[in-house]
Amino acid sequence: MEVEGTASGSTLMIMKKIVEQGWRPVLVVILLLILWEASSRLFAIPAWLLPSPLTIMEEGLSSWSNYAHHLVSTTKLSIVGFVIGTSIGLLIAVLLHLMPHVRQAFYPLLILSQNIPIIVLAPLLIIWFGFGVLPKLFIITLVCFFPVAVAALDGFRQTNAEMKHYMYMAGASKRQVFSKLELPHALPTVFSGLKISATYSVMGAVISEWLGANKGIGVYMTLAQSSFRTDRVFVAIFFIMLLCLLFFSFIIALERFCIKGQPGQEAKS
Amino acid sequence: MSELKVSEVSKSFGEKKVLQSVSFSVKEGEFVSLLGPSGSGKSTLFHLIGGLYTPDEGELYLGGENINGKRGKISYTPQSPSLFPWRTVLDNVVLGEELHAKPNKERASAMLERAGLADYVNAYPHQLSGGMRQRAAFVRSLLSPQPFICLDEPFSALDEFTRLDMQKWLLSIWEENRKSVLFVTHNIEEAIYLSERVLVLSSNPATVKREFTIPFERPRREELVLTEEFLDWKKQIYHELRSEA
Repeated sequence: MEVEGTASGSTLMIMKKIVEQGWRPVLVVILLLILWEASSRLFAIPAWLLPSPLTIMEEGLSSWSNYAHHLVSTTKLSIVGFVIGTSIGLLIAVLLHLMPHVRQAFYPLLILSQNIPIIVLAPLLIIWFGFGVLPKLFIITLVCFFPVAVAALDGFRQTNAEMKHYMYMAGASKRQVFSKLELPHALPTVFSGLKISATYSVMGAVISEWLGANKGIGVYMTLAQSSFRTDRVFVAIFFIMLLCLLFFSFIIALERFCIKGQPGQEAKS
Repeated sequence: MSELKVSEVSKSFGEKKVLQSVSFSVKEGEFVSLLGPSGSGKSTLFHLIGGLYTPDEGELYLGGENINGKRGKISYTPQSPSLFPWRTVLDNVVLGEELHAKPNKERASAMLERAGLADYVNAYPHQLSGGMRQRAAFVRSLLSPQPFICLDEPFSALDEFTRLDMQKWLLSIWEENRKSVLFVTHNIEEAIYLSERVLVLSSNPATVKREFTIPFERPRREELVLTEEFLDWKKQIYHELRSEA
C-alpha cells in the first residue's frame, strides 16, 4: 500500500472518503424533505400546524436580519458555557483522581448532581442570580461538566497497567506518572466526553434562554411559539441542529489534531 | 559503581512464601541470567530490586548503597515493550532519561540508528513489528541514566527466528556499552548464549539453587549454540532445573 506522506494528501483522502460515504445520508434527508413537502401540499396541512420545508426555508432566508443577533447571542453563550463547564469537569476529574479518598467521598455527589432536572433548578437559580448571564452559564456548566468529568475519570483509571508498572520501575514520581502517562492515555476518552458536552452545551443554552432572557434562539423560539409562527420554530430548530453539528465537528477536528499515534487513524500497511 | 548485591532476601505474600533467602551478586559490566520455571518468583525479585516492594528480610545493595524499597535505581525493560502509543519512537526511548534529566535527543537518534531503527525514529509504535518494539524498549533502558539494567523475559513474546536475531543484536549492542545486566528468562539456550553466569532458581519458594559460570569468550558467534560444549552446558542446566521435580 502506498504511504500518504503529506498533510494535503491525507486531507484529500479524508475529503474523498466523505464524498464516497456521505451521499447516502444526504440522499435520505433529501427524500424525506420531498416526502414532507409533497404531503403538506397534498393534504393541505395548515402552516401553523406543520409548515412545508419550502415555507420554512423562505422564512429562514427572508427574516435572517430578524434573528441573526439571537443566533450570535446563543452561540456566544454556548461557547463560553462549554469552555467553563468542560474546564470545571476536567479539573474535578484530575482532583478526584489524584485524591482517591476525596473521590470516594464525592463521586456519589457527582452522580446525584445529574439526577436533578435542569428545569427544576431554574426557579432557584433565577431567585439567586436573577435573569443575567450567571444563571445561564450555571445551567450550561451543570450539563457540560459531567460527561467530561466521568470520561476523564474513567480514562485515568483505565491506564495500561504495564505502562504504569514501567513508569514506577523507572523511578517516575506520582506527578510524572500523571502528566506523562495517565493524562495522555486518557485523552481519547476525554474527547468522547467533550463531544457529548459540545452538543449538551447548545441544548443547555437554549433551555436557559427559555427560562428568561431578552435575546437568544430560545427567546426567538418562545416568541414564535406564542404567535403561532411554527415556521420560525422550525427555523430555530434548524439552527440549533446546525450549531450542535458545528461544535461536534470542531471537537472531532481538535481530536485529530491532539491524538497521535493511535492505530486505525491512518491506513496500516 | 554498579555492582548489585542481593543478600539473604526473603519475601512472602500473605501465607505464601515466594522468595527464601535469595543471595547473589552481579558485578560491574557483567551479564547474569536468572533462570527458573514460570511462577518461580522471578518477577517478585525484579519488583524488589526495582523498589516496588520491600523485602521482609535481607538487604539489596547497588554500588554499595542500600536500595531496599528505593525506586528508580535501575533501568528496566519489561516483558511487554510498554511503549507509549502517542509518542514517536524517539520520544519513547528518551522517556527513562526524561524522568531524571533533560533528554539528549541526538544521542538517542544515534543509538536508534545503531539499533537498526534509523527509518523509524519518527514513527509511532503501532507501525513497528514486535521485534522492533522490543528493540526500542531496550534502547530506552540503555539511554536511562542508571548504570544497571534489568530485563524481564524481553523476548518471550517473540517467534523463534526473531528471538535469535534479537539475542544476537542484544549482545552486539551490549558489548559496546557494557552496562551490568540482570536478565530473567525461562529459556536455557538464551541464558547460556547471553550470559557470563547463569543462576538457576528453584520454585516454591524461590531460592538460588546453583550457579553456572559460562566460560565462552566474547564476542560470541551465532554458531556457538550448535557446538558440543554448548549442548553439554544445556544438558547440565536442564538436569539441574528438573532435578527437584
